[in-house]
Amino acid sequence: MTELTDLSIAEAREGLKRKDFSATELARAHLAAIEVANSALNAYVLPTPERALAMAKASDARIMTGEAGPLEGIPLGIKDLFATKGVRTTACSHILHGFTPPYESTVTANLWAAGAVMLGKLNNDEFAMGSSNETSFYGPVVNPWRRKGSSAQLVPGGSSGGSSAAVAARLCMGATATDTGGSIRQPAAVTGTVGIKPTYGRCSRWGIVAFASSLDQAGPIARTVRDTALLLGAMASHDPKDTTSVDAPVPDYAAAVDKGVKGLTVGIPAEYRVAGMAPEIEALWQQGVAWLKAAGAKIKEVNLPHTKYALPAYYIVAPAEASSNLARYDGVRYGLREKGHDVTSMYENTRREGFGQEVKRRILIGTYVLSAGYYDAYYGQALKVRTLTIDAFRRAYREADLLLGATTPSVAFEFGSKTADPMAMYLSDVFTIPSNLSGEPAISVPFGTGEAGLPIGVQLLGPGRSEAQLFAGARVLEIADGRP
Amino acid sequence: MDPGKGSLMSVDRATVHRIARLARIAITEDEAARLETEISGILDWVAQLDEIDTKGVEPMTRVVAMTMKQRKDEVTDGGYADDILKNAPAVDDHYFVVPKIVE
Repeated sequence: MTELTDLSIAEAREGLKRKDFSATELARAHLAAIEVANSALNAYVLPTPERALAMAKASDARIMTGEAGPLEGIPLGIKDLFATKGVRTTACSHILHGFTPPYESTVTANLWAAGAVMLGKLNNDEFAMGSSNETSFYGPVVNPWRRKGSSAQLVPGGSSGGSSAAVAARLCMGATATDTGGSIRQPAAVTGTVGIKPTYGRCSRWGIVAFASSLDQAGPIARTVRDTALLLGAMASHDPKDTTSVDAPVPDYAAAVDKGVKGLTVGIPAEYRVAGMAPEIEALWQQGVAWLKAAGAKIKEVNLPHTKYALPAYYIVAPAEASSNLARYDGVRYGLREKGHDVTSMYENTRREGFGQEVKRRILIGTYVLSAGYYDAYYGQALKVRTLTIDAFRRAYREADLLLGATTPSVAFEFGSKTADPMAMYLSDVFTIPSNLSGEPAISVPFGTGEAGLPIGVQLLGPGRSEAQLFAGARVLEIADGRP
Repeated sequence: MDPGKGSLMSVDRATVHRIARLARIAITEDEAARLETEISGILDWVAQLDEIDTKGVEPMTRVVAMTMKQRKDEVTDGGYADDILKNAPAVDDHYFVVPKIVE
């Protein structure tokens, strides 16, 4: 029999149903893998083996009595941005030192209601601010991939680097993640996994540590398109506790996976051909176009003017919202407190000690662009550019059902190679940020490897609530890439 | 970023200290020096947004058109002060404790 940790979620569901193995055996296999590999990868910041085994035992009981949920017994990793009741949740920031939520996020509550099993909390960039998982208070995560003939360690992408590395290294069957500027799709692309950022509001933000509330969206990372669809089906819901939650039923995403792209028009955005893009990525993108065409899609060149302005607009909007959201960390109600001679110096010392460099940088930029005299010039202008970005997508979707582009401009890079220059790091998200600005869904699916044998992802983008079509399109590319 | 405003593109040391104070983050002089360069670099780069003519463009307020939901004005939550205080660094009875504010 295949190793239990190598199974897809879809295969594990069948195996559990047939009683080939139990949920407890499945959980134990993953816990053993974590035990062996986590010290090298640092994907989990807090494994929760006791909870995993208790949840697996309850799953086995439900399987016995025929009450199994859609994800019954499936072991998952949870990004540390999701509040988990009674389990330390810090967003990998020192400022949330020891924070143990007395409540559960809506997304994780939905997963547990579907029968899923929690293996532990996964590493991420501090407050999800980063593209390489190098800003975590708990240290960086190591990508399980290496360049051919090299032992140099590579980053797993970010901010959901713990999620992408754990899924790729078989330390869980799937993971929750969040995407504010590419934090699901970029790590998925550089670890050979599948990740979808759903439509803004499709997954509730309630109980997720806030970064930039108008951009934040939760979604899954898994090893196959079908598994990603199964996970999103369970994570998504309409939640009255999140006023921006999409008030519409959740479609059966898994049922849409095999629908194909026949008759659909796939747009190729000319502006996604940028200088400095790795030629191997450009070549695979063109191959993706050919495959979609062979599968019956019509191909059309489209334009997304303003694409080059998405990144600078994002680096006004996201820090502005972050500076406001992170004002709550004051050393009074939870987390770290440093002493001060008065209440103001207590705040200032707590925030000096509690936040890392990248987080401080963004809070300060956000504070500046929102400050009196600068608001209109920076923040106001960025919001207008956001309107133009949304209009451009809307026009493109009049001509095409989906768009195909690269997910990242480069493959996984080495530690420290971009940390000295914030701008070089920000460019990692050049292709992912536009869909955050527009609130529309996009999926990254592995599609071939580059020269050094490192995984490359391509990205399908679609209009609001087109996730079912994205899964179908991604599945066509997955089959083309040799994963039937 | 208004072309009329001249030196708006970069921040000086005093501005770094002012925004750090506004953001309630203590910084050293060394950090201020580093931040002055980094923040100026980022602000100079985002200034390219000035190239876009946004006359008559409405600033985005939400990505999905929807009317703000309303619910009945009634108490639906609460009654667990102990839970709320459980993570606080300093408490006394059902109060958060902070350094003295009023002499």
